[in-house]
Amino acid sequence: MVTALNAKVLVGGDKLDTPVYTACCSDLMSDVLAFVDEKTVLITGLTNPHVVRTSEMLDLKCIVFARGKVPTEDILESADEQGLVVIATKLTAFSTCGILYEMGMRGVPVPVQWDQEDK
Amino acid sequence: MEPMFTGSYHVAKADYSSAGRASADIKRQLKQIGVGGDVLRRVAVASYEVELNLVIHSLGGELTLNVYPDLVQLISSDVGPGIPDLTMAMKEGYSTANEEARSLGFGAGMGLPNMKRNADDFDIKSTVGVGTTITMGFHLT
Repeated sequence: MVTALNAKVLVGGDKLDTPVYTACCSDLMSDVLAFVDEKTVLITGLTNPHVVRTSEMLDLKCIVFARGKVPTEDILESADEQGLVVIATKLTAFSTCGILYEMGMRGVPVPVQWDQEDK
Repeated sequence: MEPMFTGSYHVAKADYSSAGRASADIKRQLKQIGVGGDVLRRVAVASYEVELNLVIHSLGGELTLNVYPDLVQLISSDVGPGIPDLTMAMKEGYSTANEEARSLGFGAGMGLPNMKRNADDFDIKSTVGVGTTITMGFHLT
């Protein structure tokens, strides 16, 4: 992932061999909390402390900050305490997703049922 | 029955920077007691959602954790303002969150439905001008 995204490792360089198979991409932590139910990679452009707290609650393994965004040092420290891998790429979230998808990663299932949908 | 373990956390109105600390502590405590896996994650998500709701919407409140041999219970109790339309509040996508909450990535109207989805038992009572109490149970067996 680091090579493919030409990414900078910010935290958790010793855990880069952790296997990951699924990812979700969102700047809406509300949706991440609602939809993500697996240990997965979060791709986001949001760099506030709640990105790390959301990841902590869900046991996420890795955060990819897209569009060149880098969170502040205290946020990174807290990510380090959680044992997360945090990397940053200059690519947009869209391009990041495309590259990871090509590498074989897939989205997480979304437990949504539309009102009119046939069951 | 008396709980085996109990913890109480004050959550202040609009304290966005601290939001999530109580839930992080609740998750740590439960882990230490030996609660893990799917239940731990569901409690953590519901706890974080309810804590954020206290910060974003309430005038302040308490988050209480009770652990029984077969049940983890979370109770959120605030001092107002109360929810005028509970049916709307329970709908996915319906939100009255302000810009500050939205700028942090919240306020998508997923909080209450997500708590209900994650908890095994969910009860909400609200009176305008008095407050809201949410009780959630997570079965351990």
